[in-house]
Amino acid sequence: MYTQALDIPQKDADERGPRAVESPAYEAEFNARIDAGEFIEPKDWMPEKYRKTLIRQISQHAHSEIVGMLPEGNWITRAPSLKRKAILLAKVQDEGGHGLYLYAAAETLGVSRDELYEALLSGKAKYSSIFNYPTLNWADIGVIGWLVDGAAIMNQIPLCKCSYGPYARAMIRVCKEESFHQRQGYDALLQMMKGTAGQREMVQDAVNRWWWPSIMMFGPHDKDSIHVESARWGIKRISNDDLRQKFVDATVKQAEVLGVTLPDPDLKWNAERGHYDFGAIDWDEFWSVVKGDGQCNVDRIAARRKAWDDGAWVREAALAFAEKQAAREKVAA
Amino acid sequence: MERKEWPLWEVFIRSRNGLDHKHCGSVHAPDPRMALQVARDVYTRRMEGVSIWVVKASDIVASDPDAKPELFDPAEDKIYRHPTFYKLPDEVNHM
Ligand SMILES: [Fe+2]
Ligand SMILES: [Fe+2]
Repeated sequence: MYTQALDIPQKDADERGPRAVESPAYEAEFNARIDAGEFIEPKDWMPEKYRKTLIRQISQHAHSEIVGMLPEGNWITRAPSLKRKAILLAKVQDEGGHGLYLYAAAETLGVSRDELYEALLSGKAKYSSIFNYPTLNWADIGVIGWLVDGAAIMNQIPLCKCSYGPYARAMIRVCKEESFHQRQGYDALLQMMKGTAGQREMVQDAVNRWWWPSIMMFGPHDKDSIHVESARWGIKRISNDDLRQKFVDATVKQAEVLGVTLPDPDLKWNAERGHYDFGAIDWDEFWSVVKGDGQCNVDRIAARRKAWDDGAWVREAALAFAEKQAAREKVAA
Repeated sequence: MERKEWPLWEVFIRSRNGLDHKHCGSVHAPDPRMALQVARDVYTRRMEGVSIWVVKASDIVASDPDAKPELFDPAEDKIYRHPTFYKLPDEVNHM
């Protein structure tokens, strides 16, 4: 069992106790544990850089889950049937849950929930670029489930074996739920493809818009993103390009069964490599979205900030009520 | 601005009767009643539990990982505490 927030004073870095002390002997011991495939738990000694890398990665991941509720939430009131509405509600609720599992995992590293949240709201922390694209029609909801959640699953499965225990456990929980997300999306698309020509066009249009952003979700090419330490410490076990290739290979068949075309003229089987080749990714678009110039960046943060600000009085009132009740019980006792 | 976060609670869930409550994560909530409510929404959306415990994280006392050797190593050389230590005659060894 682990507990969090115990013996982790949040004041000053140098008051943080032994975990902030950089020591070659501790580090050698730590590396040996990683090499032996052991998990690291919250109160164990860890290099400061390991701690910081994890806080950044886990909180970005949590932010992505929470911001990811917005594009889909956009369609809850307009789902085409009660069945699809119930499914979409459950999925969006899951994404909220994923955010909460992950924030809790990040907090075991000695940051507070409010600090993490403020980093998102101030724009200091990033979230996945994919959620800065708009959801224009109902088919977008199906395509998000199929491609966006599909890409997320590829990314997340290796994280179930991440060296940091609380993160790995949170990811096991997340991955169990993601499979439902991908399947419900594909199922919704299958149904549309059995409909009218207009509905099939909607699906193809949504695929055209989401395909490239989906494969950008795996991040820059390996040659442009150095994760030496993440790999050494068992945080990132499979590289961006390898994950992207796996995703493309898995998706081609699914597109065929669905009856849609993936919008890439260079996509073709390479027998020599045993993989599909695909066209060049527009990295300028990726970086401009990451840096804040995507179609929805401003809206997404504004929506999160509004939710946070509008909820402030509730958070305060609930706490005041709890304190009053506790004081009364004390008097009564 | 002076801010106060809702306290942290550790959540334990019994997945079905006959099994122990097992730690599964944590939530923030202002009081025990809301901690239970939030834990239910966050950790049992798919019938993962029949009973929930929430414990204020600050009330949990945990052992120090650096004390692992003195706490747990002494058990290492007491192999006679295990049934497999005793080699009995074949006819009765399944005892
Ligand atoms: Fe998720
Ligand atoms: Fe998902």
